[in-house]
Amino acid sequence: MRRAAGLALATIALIATGIWIGFNVNLLPVVASANAPVYDDLFKLLFSIGIILFVGITIVLVYSLFKFRRRVGDQGDGLAIEGNLPLEIVWTAIPAVVVLFIGIYSYDIYERMGGMTSFHDHSAMLAGASDNASGIGAELASNIEVKAHPEIANTEQGKRYWAGIASMDDPDNKTLPVDVTAMQFAFIFHYPEGNITSGELHVSAGQPVQLRMEARDVIHAFWVPQFRLKQDIIPGQPTLLSFTPTKPGTYPIVCAELCGPYHGGMRTNVVVHDPDSFQTWLDQNRQPAISA
Amino acid sequence: MTIANPNDFNEPLQPSGWLRYFSFSLDHKVIGIQYLVCGFIFYLIGGALAGVIRVELASPISDFVSRDTYNEVLTLHGTIMIFLWIVPVVNGGFGNYLIPFYVGARDMAFPRLNAVAFWMIPPAGMLLISSYFLAGAAAQSGWTAYPPLSLTTPAAGQVVWILSVLLLGGSSIFGAINFIATVLKLRRPGLKLMQLPMYCWAMLGTSILAVLSTPVLAGTLILLSFDIIAHTGFFNPTLGGNVVVYQHLFWFYSHPAVYIMVLPAFGLVSEILPVHARKPLFGYVTMVYSIMAIVFLGLIVWAHHMFTSGTPPWMRLFFTIATSFIAVPTGIKFFNWLATLWGGRIAINSAMLFACAFILNFVFGGITGVALAQVPFDIHVHDTYFVVGHFHYIVYGGTVFVIFSSLYHWYPKFTGRLLNEDLGRLHFLLTFIGFNLCFLPQHWLGLNGMPRRVAEYDPAFTTLNQISSVGALLMAISTLPLLINVVVTAFKGEIAGDNPWNALTPEWLTSSPPPVENWPGEAPLVKEPYGYGHTEPALAQEATP
Repeated sequence: MRRAAGLALATIALIATGIWIGFNVNLLPVVASANAPVYDDLFKLLFSIGIILFVGITIVLVYSLFKFRRRVGDQGDGLAIEGNLPLEIVWTAIPAVVVLFIGIYSYDIYERMGGMTSFHDHSAMLAGASDNASGIGAELASNIEVKAHPEIANTEQGKRYWAGIASMDDPDNKTLPVDVTAMQFAFIFHYPEGNITSGELHVSAGQPVQLRMEARDVIHAFWVPQFRLKQDIIPGQPTLLSFTPTKPGTYPIVCAELCGPYHGGMRTNVVVHDPDSFQTWLDQNRQPAISA
Repeated sequence: MTIANPNDFNEPLQPSGWLRYFSFSLDHKVIGIQYLVCGFIFYLIGGALAGVIRVELASPISDFVSRDTYNEVLTLHGTIMIFLWIVPVVNGGFGNYLIPFYVGARDMAFPRLNAVAFWMIPPAGMLLISSYFLAGAAAQSGWTAYPPLSLTTPAAGQVVWILSVLLLGGSSIFGAINFIATVLKLRRPGLKLMQLPMYCWAMLGTSILAVLSTPVLAGTLILLSFDIIAHTGFFNPTLGGNVVVYQHLFWFYSHPAVYIMVLPAFGLVSEILPVHARKPLFGYVTMVYSIMAIVFLGLIVWAHHMFTSGTPPWMRLFFTIATSFIAVPTGIKFFNWLATLWGGRIAINSAMLFACAFILNFVFGGITGVALAQVPFDIHVHDTYFVVGHFHYIVYGGTVFVIFSSLYHWYPKFTGRLLNEDLGRLHFLLTFIGFNLCFLPQHWLGLNGMPRRVAEYDPAFTTLNQISSVGALLMAISTLPLLINVVVTAFKGEIAGDNPWNALTPEWLTSSPPPVENWPGEAPLVKEPYGYGHTEPALAQEATP
């Protein structure tokens, strides 16, 4: 009885320690986008569960090796236990429940990050088309509506976009659209509003951004560790990625898909401005629009 | 049974002594050793390439080899370690040596096919490495060879790479067919499937995976070679091809390939733990079902390698759930191994140290694996050093540790001599410390912004990369005591006797090393390969024919 109580106490202590470490030891970079804290919630949970399982199994293993080590001169065998069905059912159930819980929780996280959200394109409601595309299943949208920005939509009529993470919500429809072109070994950012072309991405804290990304040559990937977001940029299949930056600062944009000899050098920055200085940057760099 | 007897057709041609290891021998034990030695040579080459990578990454700028060379090195490292070291050694090496013993046969079902499968490997390996020297440039697009990069890097090296992988895949398919036929059709009369040692089940499962998935890789690579040589457009977007389809086809093989690398290791550990813990393998039946569950689930999880490619949300969720559920049968196996140790009389020797370290390493890699299976988690760390750390915990901390454990366990069977324990423990200590020092920091690097397959990186990551490189150096040094041990023991080692571990599995119930047809008389009928604790008299009975 005292042994069972001790075991229960040790298990509780292990779980408490695991949760404390998981929620207090930070292994992640700065939080700079609206979905980064959501990501970090998932990370903390997985980190806690991981610590509990790993430390628990390590303790059991090391204890067994010490407690049941063969003494010098001992030629005997251990107990002839070939199995124990109730015990095996228990340790089938434990991982099954843990995994199910993680799966449901991460579905929730994915939804909160915008993974299941339909796209709100600045120029079109891409979402509506997704219902019709069920046969192929892959695309969220096929046609871009021509209303808001005819100069873009006309040239891209019929182009299929593949969804990445969508923006969370954008009630005022003030999303900043940016066209991204990736090539060996650079990113080029083009702002349809103001016709600005830049080697760095400039965005405004609090304003949702939608990237429409195309690759010129091979597969690249757009990754900002501080945003906890990544999306491949695939030749022949333009992709979308939306996010809302929250913390002003300069963060790296890293290519995360092997793209050739200078892959490691394919980096640039995203500058998150506060709204005023972003407006200044826009005004300073605005080019006369090319008429369609 | 006649088909299993190599002497029926060409005994006069079989050389004896050391020369037989360089011959087209049909003896499953010779072929097994050929796989092991050949694989180990490629391990040293692949390890040297890993050394080049870690020297380059000891500083944040690209200063050790040229950028092109760096990409060739990382491509060759991955390809060699997977296709020429781990897959051939845990399948072909230990499989050929042990499976005929375990089913009570005198050889594999198809001895000639077996020899052909082995002899495809050295030329394929030499072809692959020679591309660096002869074709002007080796493949530079990683072991994944994603188009369009693989279509735009120097063509000769890429085509040679494809040819080499096709040969190695062919060898793997031949081997797998042989294992399936041997386990199902060559069992000694009276021996039931559910009485087989666990490694037979692992090899049956692995071989089913290899036969189902390797042809898909072969077809894909043939189409890729058409794109390169004949300028077809299967995967070329400028000609209407689709690059994401390539990724689906590639991972349809290459995720099961992970199980082709780890399931045999699970099998080997299931043989080693009961012997040194003097206890029956815990939960035999659930172990068998777990292996088959892993085989089935392993076939339907491939797209978790593509969460940041163009995959629709529902598909991402399906593959998240399928992948997560692999943790259930895998978890059962680990709990059963712990239960096997519990209450045993555990001999803490080199074989056991490597086997127990495997449990820890693999649990760690499994936990990061479940995390990576979650789409939102993966979207941040995909294609980063977190993934590099994760899969090295699986394939090195998992499978390679088991290969070393198996070497200490079965070396007395191969040679009749025991490997030196002190050198063995030194080897273990250096490997364990070096391995964790090398790969543990990589998880943090990935979380904080270091992508994989880069020759240069943010200087903020220098310290941890240098620690990782020191770990790699320790791993390189750790092969020295192993090499010395294996070579010196072969000539001067302590004589082991036929059954130094008092093991009950059938390969120990004959002389060490065993005679050409495995047993002088009839093969013993071992119905309880893990009957420790109540069959001590039975052991003596079985051992004396």
